[in-house]
Amino acid sequence: MGNLSLFLQHLTNGISLGSLYALIAIGYTMVYGILRLINFAHGDIFMLGVYLTYFGILYTAIPWWLMFIIGPALTGVVGLLLERVAYKPLRDSPRITILISAIGASFLLQNLGIVLFGGRPRAFPVPHILNHVVKVRGVSINVITFIIPVVTILLLIGLNYFITKTKTGMAMRALSRDYETASLMGIDINRIISVTFFMGSFLAAVGGIMWGARYPQLMPLMGVMPGLKSFIAAVVGGIGNIAGAVAGGFLLGLGEIMLVALLPRLTGYRDAFAFVVLIIILLFKPAGLMGSTQTEKV
Amino acid sequence: MKRIGLALLVLILACSSWVGLAFAQPIKIGVFEPMTGPSAAGGEMTVEGIELAWEIKPEVLGRPVEIIVVDNKSDKVEAANAVSRLIERDQVVAIIGSYGSSLSMAAGDIVKQKQIPAVGCSPTNPLVTLNNDYYFRVCFIDPFQGTVMASYAVNELGAKTAAVIQDVTQDYSVGLAKYFIDAFRKLTGNPNSIVEISSYNTGDQDFTAQLTNVKNKNPDVIFAPGNYGESALLIRQARDLGIDVPFLGGDTWEAPEFLSIGGEAVEGAVFSTHFTAEAPVTAESGYFLDAYRQKYGKEANAFAALGYDAYMVILDVIEKVGSADPQAIRDGLAEVKGFVGATGVISLDENGDAVKSAVINKVENGRFVYLTTVEPEF
Repeated sequence: MGNLSLFLQHLTNGISLGSLYALIAIGYTMVYGILRLINFAHGDIFMLGVYLTYFGILYTAIPWWLMFIIGPALTGVVGLLLERVAYKPLRDSPRITILISAIGASFLLQNLGIVLFGGRPRAFPVPHILNHVVKVRGVSINVITFIIPVVTILLLIGLNYFITKTKTGMAMRALSRDYETASLMGIDINRIISVTFFMGSFLAAVGGIMWGARYPQLMPLMGVMPGLKSFIAAVVGGIGNIAGAVAGGFLLGLGEIMLVALLPRLTGYRDAFAFVVLIIILLFKPAGLMGSTQTEKV
Repeated sequence: MKRIGLALLVLILACSSWVGLAFAQPIKIGVFEPMTGPSAAGGEMTVEGIELAWEIKPEVLGRPVEIIVVDNKSDKVEAANAVSRLIERDQVVAIIGSYGSSLSMAAGDIVKQKQIPAVGCSPTNPLVTLNNDYYFRVCFIDPFQGTVMASYAVNELGAKTAAVIQDVTQDYSVGLAKYFIDAFRKLTGNPNSIVEISSYNTGDQDFTAQLTNVKNKNPDVIFAPGNYGESALLIRQARDLGIDVPFLGGDTWEAPEFLSIGGEAVEGAVFSTHFTAEAPVTAESGYFLDAYRQKYGKEANAFAALGYDAYMVILDVIEKVGSADPQAIRDGLAEVKGFVGATGVISLDENGDAVKSAVINKVENGRFVYLTTVEPEF
């Protein structure tokens, strides 16, 4: 292995991990951007999405590619119900109350996962077509590493179109500015919030499936670390900004891989790296890389 | 009137508890094992063995035995809490556990302080029992296990160089890696024969950075002791990166999850363990294997066998010393010689460790296949 191909291999590894963080961060940041709510249960919705898809593939006759759509859709419904139960009753309370409720929902889902799915890990059935190796100029790449960034970019474009061009998207943006005025303009707030949660959870589940295809070990607590990292990615990129979340995800993934690759002695600080990046970015650019500082109107 | 009624009630309660005390107060044995988290499979397999042993021998000294299982969540802090709970709240007289050396070591100081004897089933790091008169174990220790795998790499595979990938958060992994490195250098006679030592943390899912560095050094063989889940993902990613040299590991790889998560990638992986259903060692092994098959409908693994042995050793000691007092049990355990268990003949040395043979297994066609048995040197 020459030095160049060694570096290219590390770069590929970093992009592969970064695109996963980016994918999960999109849903995180979207829900925040519209509802100003940090949905701490996002990582656990992600876990639920993988498990639902796993059971669908294993115990029903539905083909895997169809299940890759049905699974996230089911997860979307779960997210929608979660909003009804945990967030809607608190809509008029201070923001901190909803935040605490989100943390509670996160723990509830984790422990529900342990009770329902058991503590022992399960192996995600990765279809062969997503899981074989190709070699490009001495760099080995599993096709899944190509697919993940492509999925991320496609979802990014689709979401952008949805939010800027469709009627529901416009309603979402209106809602993100002001609930009351939006409802006075004839927007059905409950419906829009439901749609937002459905989409956020759908995206979390897509991220989960891609994660499962790359790292096929399913555990009830598997959503905690990816959830935390993608939250950081979203904040680093400027929370609420979808393109920023993608940038933050790539930055984090590449940084982590390069830290381990170039400074092996610091491997133990791999998870700390994400937090260090977060602190530095917040010190110098409090709104994140691509975030805009919004002035509150009084 | 009300007061008399109350007094009567208290009297009845007092009587009934006294009666219970005299006739059927159970002997409580605590079990702390990981039932959730990254080591969950190991804990569950061990508890299966303990429960089987309890069904076969649910009584001692004419009193029923009660086993209390507490989940230590594969977490060091939780492990210490679990053991404190067993001692303080449940008042157990002896403790079994835990899968995972770090988890056992987290409990070490507590059992020493509270003077409650503990018997480990599969923690193999030497520090678990060292300088602790209250910790014993029914398995071999890592200085032996590391040597076994190093000599397999050198003598059977003809390896001249090796890379080591260790989980720095597990005392088991770091210890075993160290003994492998020492033995490998000695056997090859080359101090530079270990070409790379890489590290990761429990819970990591991505090992591509470490593996890319390892690939660059071109070792003949890779030794990667660690949790079954992390190891399976690691080997998968190694094969993706085009690393095709053999992978060697330790006893933690013996879990069905290693095969299901690793898939085709773990074919040919070789590891050392304590026991295999394919090569029963004592009369007790055969009895255990039959009973296990009957209860669970599958073949037993090393961890179930060690759980079974740990329980049986404790009961045997209680019977011999004729008391369920923790101190008496401890003194009895220190004297265990020639106990015939399912995993072999168990004699505990001055540190409280068993000296036993190791089994080498290989993954073939999605199954663990027995290769050979290595006897310890005396």
